[in-house]
Amino acid sequence: MSVEAREARQPWILLSPALTAIFLLLFVPLLFIVVYSFWLRTSTGADQVGFFLDNWREALSDAFYRDILLFTLKIATITTLVCAVMGYPAAYVIARSKGNKALLLLLLMLPFWISYIIRTMSWINILGVSGALNTALLWLGVINEPIQMLYNQTTVILGLVHFLLPFMILNVFVSLEGIDTNLEDAANSLGATRMQAFWQVTLPLSLPGLAAGGLLCFVLGAGTYITPLVLGGPGDAMFANLVFEAIITQLNWPLGSALSLMLLAVLGALVLIYNRYLGMAQLMKGLG
Amino acid sequence: MSSVHLNNIVKRFGAVTAVHSTSLEIPEGAFVTLLGPSGCGKTTNLRMIAGLLDPTEGEILIGGKRVNDVPIHKRNLGLVFQNYALFPHKTVADNVAFGLKYRDVPSDDIATKVQDALELVQLPDVGDRYPKELSGGQQQRIALARAIVIEPDVLLLDEPLSALDANLREDMRVELKRIQERIGVTTVFVTHDQSEALAMSDQIVVMSDGRVEQVGAPEEVYNTPASEFVANFLGASNILAARCTRRGPEGVDIEAPTFGKLTVPAEKAPNLGSEGPAKLVIRAEKLLVSRDEAPEGVLSVPATIEAVDYQGQAVRYFVRADDTQLQAINMIDQHPFATGDAINLHLRPIDCAALPGD
Ligand SMILES: Nc1ncnc2c1ncn2[C@@H]1O[C@H](COP(=O)(O)OP(=O)(O)OP(=O)(O)O)[C@@H](O)[C@H]1O
Ligand SMILES: [Mg+2]
Repeated sequence: MSVEAREARQPWILLSPALTAIFLLLFVPLLFIVVYSFWLRTSTGADQVGFFLDNWREALSDAFYRDILLFTLKIATITTLVCAVMGYPAAYVIARSKGNKALLLLLLMLPFWISYIIRTMSWINILGVSGALNTALLWLGVINEPIQMLYNQTTVILGLVHFLLPFMILNVFVSLEGIDTNLEDAANSLGATRMQAFWQVTLPLSLPGLAAGGLLCFVLGAGTYITPLVLGGPGDAMFANLVFEAIITQLNWPLGSALSLMLLAVLGALVLIYNRYLGMAQLMKGLG
Repeated sequence: MSSVHLNNIVKRFGAVTAVHSTSLEIPEGAFVTLLGPSGCGKTTNLRMIAGLLDPTEGEILIGGKRVNDVPIHKRNLGLVFQNYALFPHKTVADNVAFGLKYRDVPSDDIATKVQDALELVQLPDVGDRYPKELSGGQQQRIALARAIVIEPDVLLLDEPLSALDANLREDMRVELKRIQERIGVTTVFVTHDQSEALAMSDQIVVMSDGRVEQVGAPEEVYNTPASEFVANFLGASNILAARCTRRGPEGVDIEAPTFGKLTVPAEKAPNLGSEGPAKLVIRAEKLLVSRDEAPEGVLSVPATIEAVDYQGQAVRYFVRADDTQLQAINMIDQHPFATGDAINLHLRPIDCAALPGD
């Protein structure tokens, strides 16, 4: 075998364990779901094997599903924007801090050591009827009766921001770290104030990180069902809750499969758009 | 174009003192080089002039005005970095135009000025490209164009050539000097490369360990080093522990090992007192290796060649005379001497310098 041929094979040999795992654990189950989505659940509760388009017709034509999909995208968009606005300054401070960068990053990672579900549920102890905030307000005499603060759209967004903010900060941090600080100095020396240098140089150069963080927040936010389940009201169901409902509660696997594929298609399309757009931007900007 | 003055500048980073009380006078239009080994505080000085660092003590004046409290973006300086620091997301033309946008330049003039600057650095056709699409040397020219297009009062360059390979570096140094002379801007140039400093500067400031060792014209610093450090840092020197026996109006009498008694010109021993310990400084190029007898007025000492370092048009000999090891760098046109050859070392006393001893 020639050297080239051996070198060409080497990456595949090294990748094969990972590829096998991805094939068995992701690709095969996904195929099952695709197949399932064309089955039919009969009124007796049994699954009828075959090629039926009923689930797809229902999922795609029912306004109920469409509205919840739009609601889901709306919540994910708001969450992403809040994360960007809150996360960017935090990432900037960490990236520009001199001595205690490692400590700040550690603090940022700390929440990951606690289960996401527990972190979400902790808000009940803070905002619940007998939670910390209500108790404090009652004790101070600001209110006479506990206020219902939980189980609405705002608390869903709050929970999602709590969950997703570190992802945003980390992504922006990494791109800020990669920017030569001489660039800002150069901009300043040419007459730009620190603010102008930020807008002209630092912000544009950190956009890839902001976009990556945004995509991650959006996709994770749009795909979650725990946060709306724990912190949302009856009207705050997101699309993944419908999948959960269909599969776990109604045991309607065929419909659940079709719904989950729908969500996958929407989010997948988003990733593709991002890839294409950023791939081009990367070329145009000539970034390393 | 403006003069730059540093008055008793001190810079401390916590417990580290990077710059000890430094005073410098950089005249208008001069090309002044800060020269010294790594970590001696060159960049720190430059960044204080630029306004990127605040001096812990002392005053900085540009064009006679105190600028300690003037922020960098109001100082009107051109800054060039070792790694070019071009904005990667802007075209070359936008990079060069960057500083003009913050000045009252009509937008029609911006394009003209940018083109003029690109022509000055001999890259008139790359305006539409991105920095990544240029070679290192071209990027450095663009960085220079960006710094001078704003007609800065002072041009500050921090090792601008050190990222380039040797041939390109020599071309660029000629080029840089040409441009500087053309626009006549006061320039502070930082380097640790002595040949760069000698070739380009009106004045060299030799620094060591946060202190100024000597300030002077290139030939002055080279021929009359003010300290052992300067003698060693600029070219190769032999430094011998010696004694000064008398100081007359014309010369200083020195008694040195191997070479015996000799008289060093008074102007080449400015800091030496009348009597006491001294150091004799003999530049390696001034020590001639020869088989012949020395002419009148030239000292001659027999020696043996211990090692030969052939460098093409020059050769460096490591020789031993009595117990003294010396190095000599000679131009050659034929074959160099060989290891083990017995030769004579010729030295003209007027080529020597002397420093106070320990
Ligand atoms: N931000 C800083 N914090 C602490 N010490 C610093 C800082 N910047 C520089 N120093 C110290 O100050 C001294 C001078 O540094 P400086 O960068 O001026 O050296 P230099 O002469 O430019 O060296 P080089 O040729 O390697 O660039 C060094 O000992 C360095 O460690
Ligand atoms: Mg430096």
